[in-house]
Amino acid sequence: MSAIIRLYVPRDTTACSLGADSVAATLQQAIERQQLPLDIVRNGSRGLYWLEPLIEMDTCNGRIAFGPVTSDKVDEFIASRFWERSAEHPLYLGPTEDIPYLKKQQRVTFARVGLTNPLSIEDYCANSGFEGLQAALNMSAQDIVTCVTDSGLRGRGGAAFPTGIKWQTVLDSPSGQKYIVCNADEGDSGTFSDRMLMESDPFCLIEGMIIAGLAVGADLGYIYLREEYPLTKQIFEQAVETARVHGYLGKTIASSDHQFDLELRLGAGAYICGEETSMLESLEGKRGEIRPKPPLPAVKGLFGKPSVINNVITLASVPSILANGPVVYQEYGVGKSRGTLPFQLAGNLKHTGLVELAFGGTLQTLLKDFGGGTRTGKPMRAVQVGGPLGAYLPESQWDTPLDYESFLAIDAMLGHGGVVAFDESVDMCEQARFSLEFCSIESCGKCTPCRIGSVRGVEVIDRIRQTTKNEEKRVQSIELLKELCDTMVDGSLCAMGGMTPFPVRSALLHFPEDFKSST
Amino acid sequence: MNKTSHQQSGHTKLVVDIVEELKLEQGALLPILHGIQDELGYVPTESVPFIADSLNLSRAEVHGVISFYHYFRSSPPGRYTVQICRAESCQAMGSRVMENYAKELLGIDFHETTADGEVTLLPVYCLGNCACSPSVRVGNEIFSHVDKIRFDAIVASLGHQPVEVT
Repeated sequence: MSAIIRLYVPRDTTACSLGADSVAATLQQAIERQQLPLDIVRNGSRGLYWLEPLIEMDTCNGRIAFGPVTSDKVDEFIASRFWERSAEHPLYLGPTEDIPYLKKQQRVTFARVGLTNPLSIEDYCANSGFEGLQAALNMSAQDIVTCVTDSGLRGRGGAAFPTGIKWQTVLDSPSGQKYIVCNADEGDSGTFSDRMLMESDPFCLIEGMIIAGLAVGADLGYIYLREEYPLTKQIFEQAVETARVHGYLGKTIASSDHQFDLELRLGAGAYICGEETSMLESLEGKRGEIRPKPPLPAVKGLFGKPSVINNVITLASVPSILANGPVVYQEYGVGKSRGTLPFQLAGNLKHTGLVELAFGGTLQTLLKDFGGGTRTGKPMRAVQVGGPLGAYLPESQWDTPLDYESFLAIDAMLGHGGVVAFDESVDMCEQARFSLEFCSIESCGKCTPCRIGSVRGVEVIDRIRQTTKNEEKRVQSIELLKELCDTMVDGSLCAMGGMTPFPVRSALLHFPEDFKSST
Repeated sequence: MNKTSHQQSGHTKLVVDIVEELKLEQGALLPILHGIQDELGYVPTESVPFIADSLNLSRAEVHGVISFYHYFRSSPPGRYTVQICRAESCQAMGSRVMENYAKELLGIDFHETTADGEVTLLPVYCLGNCACSPSVRVGNEIFSHVDKIRFDAIVASLGHQPVEVT
């Protein structure tokens, strides 16, 4: 009887959308029927999505990988006795950690993602889990906040506001009820890092939220998760329950005299609820209409109480900062952009997936070295970075350094790190029209420039497309569109109306030819 | 008629149970609406006055919340809800063509249900599956790389007969 060999089959939304569940089920059946010397762990995804379903296997020299092992290949895969003759199998990829896509990354926040069983607290603890919390439990609230401030961590949701300053404001607010609110309403197209982290390393977010609670004196946290992520909800709720059973949530967290608990709340398909004040309204059971600022949520937030509002990745970055000290994190990155950002490669790229890198590389590196060019094989023409409110960048801007300030300098933004590539078949006038249409569908309706401006914008673009033969009218319409963009930028209450013009302006500026002939 | 009133009284008890269970939570309205829609597939208009009373809100406020969120609906959906992602990453991989094909195949537009009551077609703006665009969601299942052929296969797996386009 030979020793049992451990296999890893990811349980992650994208892996499952490519058949990971049925592959795992077929393997399990074969193991039972043929009494194979194998067992299966459902891990998270490594984020090498073009290779999913990616099956890993323990060996005495570390983990090796096979992929993509799709449903139609799994029978042959089992029949090949891959566990005995691994290197001969056509889907063999070698040691997982040596796959260049993974090897070239700097995985800090995503260090455990794909490595562990997301629902095993033992796995979590065996891989540095709760070390940050232990450190925090031995520190004063002020020292925790100072540690986060010194790390240089900025909000990863898109706005990049310094996390330590936000926390300091909440800490300095008079004591009483305070809240930690995690924004998991990841609505930007081309982004999936929140989803991945919550599915593949949920305890990391839980730990980050507990630390935030200790830092500012809050004993209750809310996670606002989008309805569009059903598997994430399932996994995360299970993780919260497990953390509670193991004493990491509740009256005496990790046997200390501190109290903290969490509640998951679901959104209902409104993009605007990713805006922090709109999210607060939604959590309070109201229409997701944005609130004017001030007062800042740090002073008067959820249910009128001082609240820390952070994105999933921001909070998930905190445990390693506390465990290893601020300097280690601070050493990654450039200028005022410290640490790492999990970039998400999406759209028309050959090698899509999650790439965590220190700030400071170039977009070109992501597109070519990691992304491998377009999936369709046609020349790449435009890249939208930072979600639907981010600018479209032409090839001449792909050398821009990946840091917050460099992107701002070209009227673009890194945002939440989503990178969506388009090939030459893209019609940039159509894309600009969509930006405005999306704004008109998702606007909360509170301010006029956003609510009405977006509708007028769609109409103006339609007019441009209809008047291509009358140059004078076309030029007038384009002028009108530019003025409308100015009004929306200057007059909107929040980033929805205020930044929708970014993709529109960039399309006009860099791809003017698409606004000439109707295609 | 009898059946309808039976159904309504069944609904009423269910709504009462959900509201009673959740009404003391902070910000209870969204959890209550989710609870009702999880069970019934929609939030019946008849339930609005009761929800409003229980939470000390006006009917207009409850209606305002239901109508604000794309996800909540006031009428029953078809047996299957098919969501097609319309966002940029899926556009970059050909979702516009697939979207038009889907509408033609099912003979309906977004927010409509096929005449046999089987399929409701909805747009969605991102399923977080952007690494494998275009994406489609049916119930809680998400599908990757959906082109015309894969969309055909998804619809066939639901047992729905496509309409004859003449």
